Order: sequence, then structure tokens, then C-alpha cells
Amino acid sequence: MAVAEANKIFERSSIRGGEFLIKETQASQIFIPEEFNEEQQMIAATCREFLAKEIWPRLDEIDHAKSPELIASLMDKAGELGLLGTAVPEEYGGFGMNFNTSMLVAEATGAGNSFSVALSAHTGIGTLPILYYGNEEQKSKYLPKLASGEWKAAYCLTEPDSGSDANSAKTKARLSGDGLHYIVNGQKMWITNGGFADVFIVFAKVEENGQTDKNLTAFIIDKTSGGITMNEPEHKMGIKGSDTRQIFFNDCEVPVENMLSERGNGFKIAVNILNIGRIKLAAAALGGAKKVAEQAINYANERKQFGTSIANFGAIKHKIAEMAVGMYATESAAYRVGQNIDDLITAFQAKGMSDSEAKLKALEELAIECAIMKVHGSEVLDFVVDEGVQIYGGMGFSADAPMDRAYRDSRINRIFEGTNEINRMLVVDMLLKRAMKGQLDLMGPAAAVGKEIMSIPDFGADEEETLFAKEKKVIRNLKKAVLMVAGAAVQKFMMKLSEEQEIIMSLADMVIEIYVAESVLLRVEKRIGLLGEERNALQKDLALVYLNRSVEKVNSAGRAAITSFAESDELNVMLMGLKRFTKIEPSNLKNARRRIADELIAKNNYTF
Amino acid sequence: MKILVCITNVPDTTSKITFTDNDTKLNKNGVQFIIGPYDDYALARGVELKEQTGGTLTVLHVGEADAEPQIRKALAIGADDAIRVNAEPMDSYFTAVQIADIARQENYDLILMGRESIDYNSGVVHGLVAEMLGISSYSPVMKLDISGNTVTIAREIDGGKEILTANLPLVLGCQEPIAEWKIPNMRGIMTARTKPLKVVEPVSVIEMTEPQHYSLPAPKGACKMIPASEAGTLIRLLQTEAKVL
Ligand SMILES: Cc1cc2nc3c(=O)[nH]c(=O)nc-3n(C[C@H](O)[C@H](O)[C@H](O)COP(=O)(O)OP(=O)(O)OC[C@H]3O[C@@H](n4cnc5c(N)ncnc54)[C@H](O)[C@@H]3O)c2cc1C
Repeated sequence: MAVAEANKIFERSSIRGGEFLIKETQASQIFIPEEFNEEQQMIAATCREFLAKEIWPRLDEIDHAKSPELIASLMDKAGELGLLGTAVPEEYGGFGMNFNTSMLVAEATGAGNSFSVALSAHTGIGTLPILYYGNEEQKSKYLPKLASGEWKAAYCLTEPDSGSDANSAKTKARLSGDGLHYIVNGQKMWITNGGFADVFIVFAKVEENGQTDKNLTAFIIDKTSGGITMNEPEHKMGIKGSDTRQIFFNDCEVPVENMLSERGNGFKIAVNILNIGRIKLAAAALGGAKKVAEQAINYANERKQFGTSIANFGAIKHKIAEMAVGMYATESAAYRVGQNIDDLITAFQAKGMSDSEAKLKALEELAIECAIMKVHGSEVLDFVVDEGVQIYGGMGFSADAPMDRAYRDSRINRIFEGTNEINRMLVVDMLLKRAMKGQLDLMGPAAAVGKEIMSIPDFGADEEETLFAKEKKVIRNLKKAVLMVAGAAVQKFMMKLSEEQEIIMSLADMVIEIYVAESVLLRVEKRIGLLGEERNALQKDLALVYLNRSVEKVNSAGRAAITSFAESDELNVMLMGLKRFTKIEPSNLKNARRRIADELIAKNNYTF
Repeated sequence: MKILVCITNVPDTTSKITFTDNDTKLNKNGVQFIIGPYDDYALARGVELKEQTGGTLTVLHVGEADAEPQIRKALAIGADDAIRVNAEPMDSYFTAVQIADIARQENYDLILMGRESIDYNSGVVHGLVAEMLGISSYSPVMKLDISGNTVTIAREIDGGKEILTANLPLVLGCQEPIAEWKIPNMRGIMTARTKPLKVVEPVSVIEMTEPQHYSLPAPKGACKMIPASEAGTLIRLLQTEAKVL
């Protein structure tokens, strides 16, 4: 790609992280899942066929397995199909698929409960540190075997006293007398795939002359290194078949050449790798949710009460429609981010960066959006499983019916890869940091909104009659709402805003809703451009229902934030402003939901 | 050995079937299409035999361009090349004529297909093709082994199982458990795009049938529960309503 084309990507509005808050994106600039080509769809179909053949018939067996052999052997089978190497470049034995294809793979393999967790831990946090930070020797030694599944990987960051505060880890590494090894000592906890992994990515602090580094360093540790012991698998609420262990490193000898990247670079590696894990988690959660929705719709069609199938009841239709709206929204936004990542990778490569550098830089740039999607995807999945249980009624509570496992397995997604609280804080923190550094002009637009709320509302000319003109105005206003609240909060608390987590949570909720609602609208607009309005009537319903939901959420989060710091005149002005910016024309959403549900009930599946 | 596997392109087994054009045509709108499940078994065994014998495998479909994703899936599963006869088949005879025409030019040793398609389920194409080529055909084949020119076949017959041997060339209609369905792997998917897919025009065939009307089976009625003490009612209903006695 020529530098000129790369520049075009960089100039594209809202390609930079967080820029969506101050710039409008064109429908033509986003990728929609309808654009996946035949080959990508065939890859996704392979993943689904694999789950149907190898995983779904064994879900009970996987959860009750006494040893990790079964799940490890299923990983081998996935490896034989090539599913562990999609993101690994061809020169290292993988298939070199782009980022959005690996998102699609994450979605398509996401409906495999415990197995999905094992697979994504291996291909994601297990393999990617070496892919992105390894040197040539490390890459050629490890990647081909990880891509084929011959070796399996685990990622060891968390410790008993170091979870969300990852950089506080106590595991130590000290250089041996002969300078050939690092001697690692410490205890790791909650390590997925721990029981069968051959390769561990371990984060530890280097100790030298009695001094311990402030920052973590990452090491690649082979199981055969010696000095590694582990506890029995943890007893867990869900994903019971995923092998999660406490691991002890006792004078574990790691050759110096197994240090990943540089000394002290570990925290950065951990953060960047989790970043990728987060957006992939959203895709995987979507895959899980679609499966649960399918089961719930099937059940609603089959189950008869009061002489009719429960799918005919409005209350059930409402649930089915709300599930669909949430999933459609996650999907629209997740693949929008995925493509932006790919585009930035291409652009950075054109500017002369290496493959890994470009990938890391692109992911770092879009870290805000990755965190947004982690929260959204995991919370939509939790909503879907909860309503899934409800649609199944008593059978939802039966351990012999599928909702039991779905409900329990979903819950972990709000905890790992950074809890949703941590991710919400990251969203706001990263936005503000970029604004402070002058990378993202939030201050200018926020000041403009501040002025706008002091002036008489503009009742002026109606929007032109282009597609979604009104809805786009709603989105523009929602952005003003968050800029108003964030701007005022920053002014009020300055550097102490970080102590006001309640307000930060509210701001994060506003930002998340705006990004996702805009993505849905742009997707449907693009679809209409491709397929015409007639074939998008239901998609318009989906967009409208989601937009209304977002307006309500932005309103309530905004109100919660404003009332927790503003007083008297300022309070009134801001509440008025919020009201102005969260206005939406009323429409009959009950009917829209019914249309959405009726389609899915007729198709007996989630088909959007 | 030269193997030909013929595949159908049929609605997914969970599809909701509706009709258009005054109920004379399947409504394809919104329907997911797949390789016929029986053909998928034939293909899987075909790929195994190709690997075992070091032969070649061509996949053939008589149908329109919308079947190409399924044809490329067959290439991803292991076929070396593909031929699509560009026509909407009118009936089994039409399809058989097209297959036989290609087979005559290519001299395949073994022609495999499903025991039947799962859309119209006629189950006669293998027999017709064999007849047109003047060779033998067997169906439903549940086990198939080849050693040299000799083929060992196991098939289900009324009330039992038959094991027989035959000589190539043959046309076989296959079903499970002849092989396990194969899932295309990543390498297969990536090489599929480089494998040739030849599109040929059909040879002309006299139209022998024309669908007049399709209808769905009557929906299942509600289940009537009759107390055990009322056997008389049950017998009366079986005679007058269900008309099975
Ligand atoms: C099944 C499972 C698999 C896992 N797999 C792995 C793995 O493979 N590798 C690995 O390294 N780790 C893994 N983890 C660990 C996981 O990433 C951590 O559990 C997670 O990061 C949270 O850390 P914690 O459990 O210590 O919770 P804590 O950090 O103790 O958090 C407790 C609560 O406090 C909140 N909280 C914490 N800090 C703050 C703050 N600053 N502000 C506001 N709220 C805060 C959290 O949001 C949470 O609600 C796994 C965990 C589980 C349960």
C-alpha cells in the first residue's frame, strides 16, 4: 500500500481511538458482517461444524471430566483443522488471517462453553505474547507448535494478592550465578489451561542486588523447566470443564533467552495482550449468546401453556426481541472495531512498521473501543442467558436442560480479561488522558456544548429527509450529553476525578451506549445501501429499539453523574441540557419488538 | 483411480419450506443451502479412497451458480477440481443425462453420490446414470473398500445386510456409516480458491416432467388423550377419524 493510501486511512474520521465522540462516521467507512466473503464464511462454518460434531455432544463429559485430557484432546482436534493458527502468520505455520477474520473465528467458536475458554486462552493470551513480542528465535521455536496445537499455552499474570492490580505481582525472577538462567519463584492463580499447558507466559519482577523492579517482565517458561507444581483444578461456578489452576514456581530455571521483549516491559505486554483478548471476548460472547437465543426461541416455539405456544405471548416476544437487539448491537460494533484495527494495521505497515509493531500500535490506538466491546459483549451475553432461563421457566432451572450451563458459564466474562469495572474505568481514563495529551480534542467540543446549553435551544429547520437524519441527530446530541457531563466533571474535580468512580462508571456507560448505538445505525444504513429498504425493515426496527434504549441509558447515567456533583444553577442548567440532548421522537417500540420477535419465531432461530 | 463425486445443493434440514409461483417452485428466499447429507458421506469416502489409491477426485454438480459456495466447500474438503453443469435440473432424468455425458468423456473408475437427495428424494439418479453408461450400480452402500480392481460393498437389503464384491467401473449411492462427514480444514479452505471449477453448458434433454403443484403435509393435529377405561372410544376414533383400522 502506498503511503498516500495510508494517509487516507489516517485521515478517515473516527479511525483514531475515541474520535467517534467528536466526529461523525460515514456508513461507507464501517465494515458490516454482511461483507464477510465466502472464504471467511466457510471458515466460520468449519468452526460451527466442529462445535456441533465434537463439543456439543460432550458438554457434560467436558464439565465432569476428572482430568484435563479430554479438553486437551479436543484442542488437538481443533488444531488438526487449523483452528488454532488462524491469526499466526504463514511463515510460522499458521494461516495469517486478518484481524476481523480472527474475530469471526472467535465468534464462531464462542458457543462451546468451557471449550471456548480453553481455545481462546490458548490462541489469545497464550500465543499472542510470543507472536507480538517474541524475537525471531522465540517465534520460530514456539509459534508453529502453538499454531498446530502440539504445544498448548497458558498465561500467568494473576496471583492470590494481585488481580486487577496486575503490576503488584510478587513473583520474582533472579539471574543465576552463571548468568544463564533466571530463577523464578512465586505463585500464580486462576490460570486457564494450567493443567495441560506445555508453555507458560509468566509475568514476574526481576530482582537484582536485593532490589526488585517496579515493573513486570514477561518470560516464556517451558513445562519441562522443572520447579513447576500445581494444585488440583479450582471448583468453579461455571466453565467447569476449563482447567483453571494455581501454579507454583519453585526455583524454576528459565534460560535467559526466554525473556520476552525487554526487562520491565511485562506490564505493557500484559496490558496490550489483554486489549486484544477483550475485543475477542466480545466476539466470543456474541457467539455464545446466539446459541442461547436459538435454544430459547426453539423452546418458546415448542412449549405450550394455556393452549398455545409461549412464543405467542407478548411478554415472551419482548424478551426475544430484546435479546436480538442486544446481540445485533454487539455484532455491529465489534466488527466495526475489528475492521478499524485491520485498516490501521495496513496503514502503519505502509508507513514502514513491522508486522508486529503495526498490529500493536493499531490495537493500542483502539484500546478504548476494545474495552467498550468487552463490557458490552459480556453484558449482552449475561442478559441473554438470564432471559433464556426465564423463557425456559422451571426447565430453565433444571440442570438437565441447557440454560443451566449457559447461565453459569456466562458469568465469568464480566470478571476476566479485566473486570467490567476496570474496563469502564479504562474507557474514561484513556479518553481523558488522550485529551490531556492533545491527541484527542475533547476540550474544544466540550466547551462548545457548554456554551450551547447556556443559549436558547435551536428549534430551527427540521432535518432534511435523508435516511436516518433524525436518528443521526439523536446520536449527535447523545455525544453532546457526554461531553457536557464529562467536561463539567473534569472541571470540577480536575486530577481528583479518579477518586469519583461512581461518576466515571456513569460516563463510561454513556460512552459505551453511544459507540454501540451509532454502530447499529451505520450498519443498517450501509445494509440499506446494499440491499434496499424493503429487505431492511426489521433491521430498522432493531436500530430504532436500540437507539431508544441508549437514549434512556445515557439519560439515566447522565442524571446520576450530574446530580452527584452539580448544585443549584449549574445543576439545573445541566439537567435541562441533558433533557435537550436525550430527546427522541416517541415511536411504538412494542410493535417494533413484535415484528422482530415474530420473524425469529417464524424462522425458529436467531437469523439477523 | 479417477473418482467422480456428484453432489446436490439442498435446503438445510432445519429450513422452513415454502413455495412460490403458484406453488410450483421452492421459495429459496432466506433458505440456507448445504451439500446433500448423503452426498457428503459419498464425498468423505471418496476423499479417503483418493488418498488411499493416490487417485484424483472430481466433484460434479448439476445446478445454478448459487451452488458454488457448496461446490467450493467440496473442494476444501478434498476434491481436486470441480465441474458445474449450468442448468436448473428439471428432474432426475435430466440430471442423470448430464452426469452420464460428462462421465462418458472422462472415463471415471468410480462414480459416487448420495443414496438420494434430501429435497425431492427420488433416489434414482445412480441407477439411471449406470444404465446410461452400461455399468452396474448399487445402493444404499454403507461400506466400501477397494483393492485393485475389486470393490467390496456392504449394503442394507430388506430385513438384512448384504456383502458383495464387484468390479470397477461402478456407480454407487452412498449413506452412513460409509465414512464420517469431513469438516473442511483451514488449509483446505485456503487451497480451494486455487482449484479449478469448470462451468459447462448442459446437453439438451427432452423435458419429461413439469411440476404442477407442491403442497406441504398437513400440520400435525393436536394429540387426543383417551382414558384407559374408554377403550371403545379409542377403537371408534381409530376407525372413523384416523381411519387406520
Ligand atoms: C475462571 C477464571 C479464569 C482465569 N484465567 C486467567 C488466566 O488464564 N490468566 C490470568 O493471569 N488470570 C486469569 N484469571 C484471573 C482474572 O483475570 C482475575 O480474576 C480478574 O482480573 C480479577 O482479579 P481478582 O480476581 O483479583 O479480583 P479483584 O481485583 O480482587 O477484584 C474484586 C472486585 O473489586 C473490583 N476492583 C478491583 N480494583 C478496583 C479498582 N481499582 N476500582 C474499582 N473496582 C475495583 C473488581 O472490579 C471486582 O469487582 C482467571 C479468573 C477466573 C475466575
